[in-house]
Amino acid sequence: MTTEHAPIIEMRNIEKHFGSVIALAGVSVDLFPGECHCLLGDNGAGKSTFIKTMSGVHKPTAGEIRFEGKPLNFADPRDAISAGIATVYQDLAMIPLMSVSRNFFMGNEPIRRVGPLKIFDHEYANRVTMEEMGKMGINLRGPDQAVGTLSGGERQTVAIARAVHFGAKVLILDEPTSALGVRQTANVLATVDKVRKQGIGVVFITHNVRHAMAVGDRFTVLNRGKTLGTAQRGQITPEELQDLMAGGQELVALEGSLGGTV
Amino acid sequence: MTDTPDMQDERVKEVSFWRRLLNRPELASICGVLLVFILFAILAGDTGMFNSRGVLNWSNVSAQFMIIAVGACLLMIAGEFDLSVGSMIGFAGILIAVFGVTFGWPMWLAIILAFVICMSIGALNGLIVIRTGLPSFIVTLASLFILRGFTIFIPQTISNRTIIGGIPEAAEGDWLAPIFGGKVGGWFFQYLADQGWLETFSRGNRQGEPVVDGIPMLIIWAIGLVIVGQFVLTKTRFGNWIFSSGGDAQAARYVGVPVNRVKILMFMTTAFCATVFAAVQVMEFGTAAADRGNLKEFEAIIAVVIGGTLLTGGYGSVVGAALGALIFGVVQQGLFFAGVEGSLFRVFMGLILLIAVIMNTYFRRLITGEK
Repeated sequence: MTTEHAPIIEMRNIEKHFGSVIALAGVSVDLFPGECHCLLGDNGAGKSTFIKTMSGVHKPTAGEIRFEGKPLNFADPRDAISAGIATVYQDLAMIPLMSVSRNFFMGNEPIRRVGPLKIFDHEYANRVTMEEMGKMGINLRGPDQAVGTLSGGERQTVAIARAVHFGAKVLILDEPTSALGVRQTANVLATVDKVRKQGIGVVFITHNVRHAMAVGDRFTVLNRGKTLGTAQRGQITPEELQDLMAGGQELVALEGSLGGTV
Repeated sequence: MTDTPDMQDERVKEVSFWRRLLNRPELASICGVLLVFILFAILAGDTGMFNSRGVLNWSNVSAQFMIIAVGACLLMIAGEFDLSVGSMIGFAGILIAVFGVTFGWPMWLAIILAFVICMSIGALNGLIVIRTGLPSFIVTLASLFILRGFTIFIPQTISNRTIIGGIPEAAEGDWLAPIFGGKVGGWFFQYLADQGWLETFSRGNRQGEPVVDGIPMLIIWAIGLVIVGQFVLTKTRFGNWIFSSGGDAQAARYVGVPVNRVKILMFMTTAFCATVFAAVQVMEFGTAAADRGNLKEFEAIIAVVIGGTLLTGGYGSVVGAALGALIFGVVQQGLFFAGVEGSLFRVFMGLILLIAVIMNTYFRRLITGEK
């Protein structure tokens, strides 16, 4: 990771208050094209609030977001999407009853004009869906197969492929591996790697240090709404990351009693 | 599927034609239609149910169900219910009669005003559901009572009765009224009769005229609404938004689908269909009555569910709902032709509904691979 090119997105001292609760107390994170920036933190650390701020769901109470060097204010998620920030949510990525191709183009339906009518171009949608799924290594029975028949890992992959296809520059993955089996997790991590190589900046949220170490270029740990620092790959060991996430001391004692298996 | 046959996953089973057919939401209702036609061909084949007047009879009844089923179907796929359809039918009919007869305004104005008012109420239903986050079941249950109350209160206060007649006289020469109350294709039926292919009246002052003298606008409306509804649902961007709003509203919002707008528009569509029903009925009967449309909301929902649409939204078909309405109409009139006690109709509909729901649940599991 060279620092010659500018970060694609910079979040400076982001604060977010919900009434009297301070969810974020000044978090700074930046992201370069083609890197995978892992955001780690235990439950309640503020990870979800932070990415929702990044993807336009929440407005920050204080702080600055700069996207491609320009200050940015999202009114709603649509603005973030059209700017090129796509978010893949853990269990809200796909609609099980709809076909893969309808899901893939949900909100971005291709249109074909027939006289005065604007028609959903199913032929194009089906072809592109099959192509993109092939690239990601998923073999579909057909583009009209319901998403409900896919495994959790495949659904995440479809959602990632969708975001990439529609020109995402920043891809936010909210705990994409937390509900998956070993094999499926490996597939999703491989997908993240493919996406990164296309020059897309990936924000990867997880509380699993192993998954983070597998694909991350940089690691930022959140704890109680604050950043505990950002580390480059190779500068930090998994054990150190684990300690940072849990707030250090207590976990050391816990880990001792569990024989170092956490 | 042009790419990489060598990458075929051995775990993806080849799917047979029949299994593929199961993916169609209309399947159960197609079977149902065949079944009821065979049943009544046996039970009532010699009673005139299948001569030209008999066909017109059950087509008319089915078309009524179809008109409200289209709206209810699209709304249900978008994930919401409207229980106020029946009251809306009564309300719209009374509005047309009060404006057109009691106030003496031109009939076209009365009809347009009824549409505007009812669709605004539909939009209000939707807005309340969206803003409060309450189940549409409860919100529209409230509208069911409120609208029915006004439907009785308004004509009683203004003219001291609950049935208003004199519609045909008021609609005389109006340009909009025939679109709801007229018949089309009379020349065609006359031609058929002249060729001897269609029965004619053999005595009376209509001697020589065909027994069926045109297709009522009711049927034209039903077919038109089904075609437009199915087209919008399956062939347009908006159709995909309807599916996704009902399938998972939050997932749809995250990718930029304007879920709220979709749902409110579907509530307005349901109100539109109810008003079409009311306008056609008022023109046909020549009167408007405060008790019209009673229980229609449930009949619409039954037709929709028989047609393969999921109660929970996100999956369904307008054509399926239309076939459900056809089953409804054929069973209702068929029992009449077969001379079965009328009250048993409800028993039949209840049973058909139960069987349809069980079958649809089974089919959905096949589609989504759930256990």
